[in-house]
Amino acid sequence: MSERPRIPVLVFPGSNDDRDAARALEQLGADAPRVWHTEEALPRGTAAVVLPGGFSYGDYLRCGAIARFSPIMRAVQALAAEGGLVLGICNGFQILTEAGLLPGALRPNASLSFVCRDVELVVETADTPFTSRCVTGGTLTIPVKHGDGCWFADAALVAELEEAGQIVLRYAPGTNPNGSVGDVAGVVNAERTVFGLMPHPEHAVDPLLGSTDGASIIGALVDAARLSAAALA
Amino acid sequence: MKATVLVRPKPGILDPQGQAVESSLRHLGFQVADARVGRLVDVELETQDRDEAREQLERMCEQLLTNPLIESYEIALEGA
Repeated sequence: MSERPRIPVLVFPGSNDDRDAARALEQLGADAPRVWHTEEALPRGTAAVVLPGGFSYGDYLRCGAIARFSPIMRAVQALAAEGGLVLGICNGFQILTEAGLLPGALRPNASLSFVCRDVELVVETADTPFTSRCVTGGTLTIPVKHGDGCWFADAALVAELEEAGQIVLRYAPGTNPNGSVGDVAGVVNAERTVFGLMPHPEHAVDPLLGSTDGASIIGALVDAARLSAAALA
Repeated sequence: MKATVLVRPKPGILDPQGQAVESSLRHLGFQVADARVGRLVDVELETQDRDEAREQLERMCEQLLTNPLIESYEIALEGA
């Protein structure tokens, strides 16, 4: 099992990137079963979990606000509390902020337009299990596709996160697609075990689709999950 | 008992919807200094007790109806 760590991908009503996420994880060496949101437990041997992109519950009320109460989220909270790795992509990021597992909140894009394009990201820190294959200060090209990606935190919280090195990814200067505070594209929790980002690394793992930079993030997660699965075995 | 919950983006939070509405109102010739767009939720509660209703509504706001980081709320009970 430790050779192909088990990294389930959750599926909420309205998720639509779960297949791509599972495919990317499988391609990079994980076993990635998809798990319906009404399940109350994660599969046996789960080493990490991915909350995929999409429009859970039609983005009603606020993006992610309803999905955070899905039965499976208790298991995700428990996994996170034990130090298990959790990755939220796009809507998954929104769900994790609503669930209080990640700092900040995601608001409608400043332009009010849905943005769908490749963006350049600056890696602010390689010191997370999700960016260990990256270089601090390096750049990645990964697509975004969202209408509500404007990450917000007040000045005090931003300062605290900067101080603690919890801001992991920023949009390259002058390219912010959504008006997020401080050009933030991805943040990690204080324990560095829960990571959320608006760009879609799972859409950038195959040369057929252009960039393969997303493989460094998904691949790093697989590396870390393999280590934690080995430690548990 | 019926109640209405008004949810507003907190001051200082970028509100692009409000900005778009403000700009549209100006185009229509209205002299508008600002517009902010929030959300209204009508709730019908089982209880007839005002204090209990208010207490429940506050919990609803904190748990689901608002995100306290970015939104404020105001509760209005019917017949106030």
